[in-house]
Amino acid sequence: MADGKTVHEAALRTPLGRVRGLGSAKSGTHHWWMQRVTSLALLPLTLWFVISLIGLAGASYAETLAFIGAPVNAVLLLALIAATFHHMAAGLQVVVEDYVRGELRRKGLILLIQGGSALMALASAFAVLRIALAS
Amino acid sequence: MATFTLPRNSVVGEGKTFKAPPGATNVKAFKIYRWDPDGDANPRLDTYEVDLDACGPMVLDALIKIKNEVDSTLTFRRSCREGICGSCAMNIDGLNTLACLKPIEDVKGDVRIHPLPHMPVVKDLVPDLTQIYAQYRSIEPWLKSDTPPPPDEERRQSKEERAKLDGMWECILCFCCSTSCPSYWWNGDRYLGPAVLLAAYRWIADSRDEATGERLDQLEDPFRLYRCHTIMNCTRTCPKGLNPAEAIGKIKQLMVERQG
Repeated sequence: MADGKTVHEAALRTPLGRVRGLGSAKSGTHHWWMQRVTSLALLPLTLWFVISLIGLAGASYAETLAFIGAPVNAVLLLALIAATFHHMAAGLQVVVEDYVRGELRRKGLILLIQGGSALMALASAFAVLRIALAS
Repeated sequence: MATFTLPRNSVVGEGKTFKAPPGATNVKAFKIYRWDPDGDANPRLDTYEVDLDACGPMVLDALIKIKNEVDSTLTFRRSCREGICGSCAMNIDGLNTLACLKPIEDVKGDVRIHPLPHMPVVKDLVPDLTQIYAQYRSIEPWLKSDTPPPPDEERRQSKEERAKLDGMWECILCFCCSTSCPSYWWNGDRYLGPAVLLAAYRWIADSRDEATGERLDQLEDPFRLYRCHTIMNCTRTCPKGLNPAEAIGKIKQLMVERQG
């Protein structure tokens, strides 16, 4: 338990009071559903990305830039970036919620994951946009 | 972090061995978890050799025989001995099940018996179920309806509506499923676990109940409901052949459905 005591050692609060605790968060559905939605989106997007990479094998720098800059490819790459990092953040958050105890540590790690994922997503998207908008 | 190893005072040691009576030919060894709350001794595994020719067919028969004839200090819960009361739930041969429904001959080699995993132990094979009973109470497992029942009549339900409760009303609350669930092990203080969520869905699916939305509100929580990661231990271990994982899946479906 959060205070380091086992279930039957914890203070004199009644078991029902302890179980009801702070009540239901009335959330969690969006997080769970988006994890499913992004994994569904990632199936075709990842397949397209891998096939495209294989197609680009041996391509020159200029050819690769042209591929990324093509409107359809740029949009799909942005979608891939958004879905990947959203999925990554959601999945890592579940791991932290499962295993990390202590309100402060848990909240801190989740913020770190969300912030890190957002920055990585922005950096990746910026790279694509820079190439796409420069060409 | 979640605790993955036993604390030092919970490490299980080797215990005493009680030999089979001389002349016994069909002997099977039962290795049973023992822990006495009086005293500071660590838990231990005692070995009881039982003559199967003089014993009933189920694991519970052997436990009762041991308690009656060999070691009266062995402590376990039992009542109906036919799989309807849920008292004798324990971990036998690595799987949570009811001792009264588990044939001895199904176990290869020694029969290892432990209490339900990851619960506080009261003594030997008796787990402390206070917390999980409170969790069951918290989902308000009774019919809630603002409409009064028709005068001098029961609340009516079609055959199809009644059929939706099949696979749920049979649950006997033995908690084999909840105590087999890793998510319940790590977060049992906040996650409700498969048994309680199955019971919650039993009332959500009841056509006579008028509190469905309220019930879903109470469950919609990252810990109470969404710690379920479809590990499926619950369904695998259920001695009544029920499917708590499916019930949890249906609750999650309803949560998405009501968002529009």
